[in-house]
Amino acid sequence: MHKKKLFFFLLIFLNLTFINKLFAIDPYSFVQETADRASEALNKRQSKEEKMEILKIIAKETVDIKGIGYYSLGAYKKTISDEKKIEYFDIFEKYFLKSFSSRLAEYTDPRIRVDSQKKLNDKYTMVSSTLLATDKKPEIKIDWRVVTKNPDKPLIIDVVIEGVSLAKVQKEEFSSIIQNNDGDINVLFNILKEFVDKE
Amino acid sequence: MKKLIILIFLTSLISFSAHAGSEGQEELSKNSSSEVKDCFEGINRGIFAFNQVLDNTIFEPLAKGYRLLPSPIRSGTSNFLSNLSLVVTVPNNVLQGDIGLAGKNTARFAVNSTIGILGLFDPATKLGLNDYSKEDYGQTLGRWGVGEGCYIVLPVLGPSTARDTIGSLANYMGGDAWYNITVGQDTHYVSDFDYYASKGADGIDFRAKNLEAINNLEKNSIDFYASVKSLYLQDRKKRILNSDAIIETQDDSDWEEIETQ
Repeated sequence: MHKKKLFFFLLIFLNLTFINKLFAIDPYSFVQETADRASEALNKRQSKEEKMEILKIIAKETVDIKGIGYYSLGAYKKTISDEKKIEYFDIFEKYFLKSFSSRLAEYTDPRIRVDSQKKLNDKYTMVSSTLLATDKKPEIKIDWRVVTKNPDKPLIIDVVIEGVSLAKVQKEEFSSIIQNNDGDINVLFNILKEFVDKE
Repeated sequence: MKKLIILIFLTSLISFSAHAGSEGQEELSKNSSSEVKDCFEGINRGIFAFNQVLDNTIFEPLAKGYRLLPSPIRSGTSNFLSNLSLVVTVPNNVLQGDIGLAGKNTARFAVNSTIGILGLFDPATKLGLNDYSKEDYGQTLGRWGVGEGCYIVLPVLGPSTARDTIGSLANYMGGDAWYNITVGQDTHYVSDFDYYASKGADGIDFRAKNLEAINNLEKNSIDFYASVKSLYLQDRKKRILNSDAIIETQDDSDWEEIETQ
């Protein structure tokens, strides 16, 4: 009887491990698929506003917006209250989606080839890719920091273009605004709100 | 004498920056977002605003006009300027100890200056002398371990650091063969105008290549000055490391405490 039980549990355990591996998404494939989705959206004959709406949907599904928001706060993430954090993440998501989609919607026919991936630790994997050259522009190296804490749902947390981390640029932008306003984080909130409301 | 005074002033900026970084908790927290100190942020922002006006009224329209030129003219100009930059890159390869690379770049210069008709064409790439990456004296100082010093925005020339500005002065002290034969000495073949025209064309070529990217960044930044500063400093860091391996250029400690979704 015990042997049967043991065998039964072993079977369940092996199945779960197998299923887990089966559904774990490879960061390499995840980035290629995401880049292809964005490229397809940008190639459609639509207005900039319509493209932006599709890009926002893609970003909500594939980007760790909360993680980027947290990173962008830098040292200030430790000093603000939980209430302020909730307020911040709400504004930040709106700001990020508008800023991200507006930047990307300007591009047409971007072709990205994923080249390799390197697991940094259990939490992050770096995926290297190339934005292929066109007649007007040379090829550009783009690296993607992917959060793999949940292997079933990898998320992009940073894009590094030719060695320049966009998350770091944003973090330093936020920090500059807060510092130049005597550490008042509300000024940053107001600027983010203004950006979101801007036509 | 003037150059010496400038050099002493800029050297003092490096030491001032090092001092600024050790002035207690208040100073440290103010600068914690970036390793490079913005010692004269008010002045820098003023010059940055002035440069933006220059860009909007002169460089951007010129870059747009340049874009209208036929592609062979643009690529010829770009190749010519790139080839000219090798006279600064090669000595810096040597100073950085990259002797093999110095040899490869010298061969590149020889091939493109002759077969490539003064660098207008780039046959060297087809011969396998590819992957050219510019080097300057600021990068060499960085490789030698000299810190960036204060962040500086130069009129017209844009973002720099005390170290990079000192490095660029080496160009005017014999370190740039193109400067030496145009401005430094009267050779009767080339003149001051040729030097300054090449520098102007370099700026317009760069602006034309990055027209959309810069305009896009300006439009979507909530603090454009801080964005440009971050871009410049990250790019310089990558160039000094001479690394394509992105993991080597990124500071992973930044990401350790992130609460992810």
